[in-house]
Parts: sequence; structure tokens; C-alpha cells
Amino acid sequence: MEARTLPASLLDLVGSTPLVELPRLSPKPSVRLYAKLEGQNPSGSIKDRVAKAMLEAAESSAELEPGRRLLEPTSGNTGIALALAAKLHGYQLTCVVPANVTAERRRLLELYGAKIVDSPGEEGSNGAVRLALELAAADSTYFVPFQYANEANPRAHYDGTGAEIAAALDRVDVLVAGLGTGGTLMGAGERLREAFPDVVIAAAEPLPGDEVMGLRSLEDGYVPPILDVSKLDRKLLVTNAEAVAGLRLLLEREGVLGGVSSGAVIHAALRLAGELDEGVVVCVLADGGWKYLSADFWDAADVERSMERSVWW
Amino acid sequence: MAAVRIPPTLRAEVGGARELQADGDTVAEVIDDLVDRYPPLGAQLLQDGELAPFVNVYVGGEDVRMRDGLDTEVRSGDHLILLPAMAGGS
Repeated sequence: MEARTLPASLLDLVGSTPLVELPRLSPKPSVRLYAKLEGQNPSGSIKDRVAKAMLEAAESSAELEPGRRLLEPTSGNTGIALALAAKLHGYQLTCVVPANVTAERRRLLELYGAKIVDSPGEEGSNGAVRLALELAAADSTYFVPFQYANEANPRAHYDGTGAEIAAALDRVDVLVAGLGTGGTLMGAGERLREAFPDVVIAAAEPLPGDEVMGLRSLEDGYVPPILDVSKLDRKLLVTNAEAVAGLRLLLEREGVLGGVSSGAVIHAALRLAGELDEGVVVCVLADGGWKYLSADFWDAADVERSMERSVWW
Repeated sequence: MAAVRIPPTLRAEVGGARELQADGDTVAEVIDDLVDRYPPLGAQLLQDGELAPFVNVYVGGEDVRMRDGLDTEVRSGDHLILLPAMAGGS
């Protein structure tokens, strides 16, 4: 009898996520809509792929060795994923987190064993990035994987997310993913373009509330080094209220409980699907809705206003 | 005439306005109209005749860099949004 090989680590279960059709959401039968359910990764988001790839790359290049500590600016999912990966690789992790992230995310980070340093909430992700780089410059025991500039991030999506979609479908006309670091769109986009040269790579981008744009000047702006916007075909701004409407529709029609960025991806995907006579649209749903249950927007009379103080993806 | 949403970082240059009306059939013409009235905006929005790297402009919710850039058509009643590039990604 052949011995069965079972995974020896949760990290062996990263990726190979389900791809499910969303026929009840599609605007017309000739346009087929599919969702890649990244919330089914071990720590609950697509960032498990990135965390695993960044640690493996840093260990194989000997940048990361025993005795060093990990530090990363993250408002949640990357931190949770890195905390799991760091634990199983034997490293301590500190996350620099905007002070206004949801309580679930903060608690999850702590439960997984990460230390937390708060950055000013009104500075959003930019503030977390700046503070993390300052801390790392002052203490050489820190290793910062830095998902915004780490080539292992898009590569994880080229080798994983994109390759899995290309293997599962005979045709892809549009790929829609949330725009954050750009890792998913760059990596999966490149892989799908190789398989389907005419594919449209579309980003769903958050429209931040005024209060999270506390930049002193445009010079404080930031474009992640791994993001090459010239490789995107469409870039659609999605308001927080539209994202929440998208996630409610996804739940109501298909029973999928997605996070806020998943709602934004669905909103953008429906707009793009409406432009097609026929075709295949693939949505990458980065996480589930569980980490947002304490948020006010579920019951708020003014959804937009209830969300304007935070960065949601 | 199009409505242009001004981000907090640029409101000092336009006397605190959150939204302005501007004329033009393309993004370039709309920006020219704004810069005529608020000259300090010019150095913020444009660099060597192109959009500055940390400025994103959206027409109808779509980034004009993925359309025709400064030549992107603007129709009467369109909404333009100016935004600073920000780090995203949780």
C-alpha cells in the first residue's frame, strides 16, 4: 500500500484555493463570472502566499538567519500571514499598524504572537511604511520583508494565484483584483497574459476618505516599487459604500462572505462584465468578511461616513 | 463644465474648496482651466507637461493613465477626481 503524504506544516496548505463560478451575480448568461476564494488560505487571506514566499526567499538568500527579528508595516492581513509564517519558521515578528485598524485584526495579530507598534491612524498605510523604515534603520537586528518592494510578492502570484487560474480555465478575458501593493495584479496578471494574451488586467482601487489622506503634500505620495501601472489595462476607483454594496450582493446572491476589498472587486467586475457581450471574468477575493464584523458599516445609515476614517484595503 | 474633486492636500492652493467646476473637453484642458485660476496648482499637478508621478486623475471613476492620459475626453457633467498616490495593501 502506498503511504499517504500528509502536510507537515500549515504552510504546505497555502494556495491551491477554490475557484467557484458566480452565476447568480453575472449580468448575463454569456458572461461567466468566477471567484478565487483566497480567504480559504490558512490564516484567512491571500497574504499567506506572499508571507510564505517572502520568508522562503529571504532564508534561501541568507538575508534572514536565526537571531534576526521580522518587522513589517501592515494594517492586517500581511501581518497575520507573516505572524503565522514567522512562528513556523521560528522568528519573532513586530507589525507597524495604523492605530485605527479593526479590533479583530489587532487581536488576531496578538494571538498569533506578533508584537504591535501603532502608527498614526490618519496617516494610513503611508504612515506605517514610514515608521517601519525608521525603526529598521535604527536597529539592524530587524529584517523587513517589505511587501511593497519585495519581488517575492508578485512572484508568489505568478507561480501561484495566476498559474492556478490559468490551469483551471480555458479562457480568461478579464482579471479583477484589489490594488494594494500591486502584487496580485502584477504577478497573476503577467502569468495570465502569457496564457491569454488579450486578457484585460483590471484593478479595483479604494477611494480613501479625506481623513486618511493626511499627507502634507503630494510629495508624500507613494507608489509601491513592485507596482508598474503601465501593466494595468483598467484602474477603477471604488468608493467604500460601493464596496460594501458589492460584498452584500455577493453574500445575498452567492452566499460568499467576502471582505471589503472583495466587495470592491465584485463592484468593478460587474461594471466590466456589463461592457462584455460574452466572456470570462475572474475575481480575486482576497479575504473573507470575518475580520470586519466589528466594523460600523453593517448598520450605518451613512455607510461612506462610517468608513472614512480607515483604510480598508 | 465638469466637477473636479480636490483632495485635502491641494485645498490650500484653491482657497479651501473641496470641489470646483472647470471647463474643458479633455483632462489637459480642465487642468489648464484650473491652473489659470489657481496658478500654484500647476507645479503640483504637472511635471514636464505630463501628470506628476504622485498625482492620479480619474474621469468617471477610471484612472486616465489607463485611458488616454491628459488627452482623455471629458464630457459635460463628468466628475473628475484628483488623488495623491497612496500606499495600499493590508
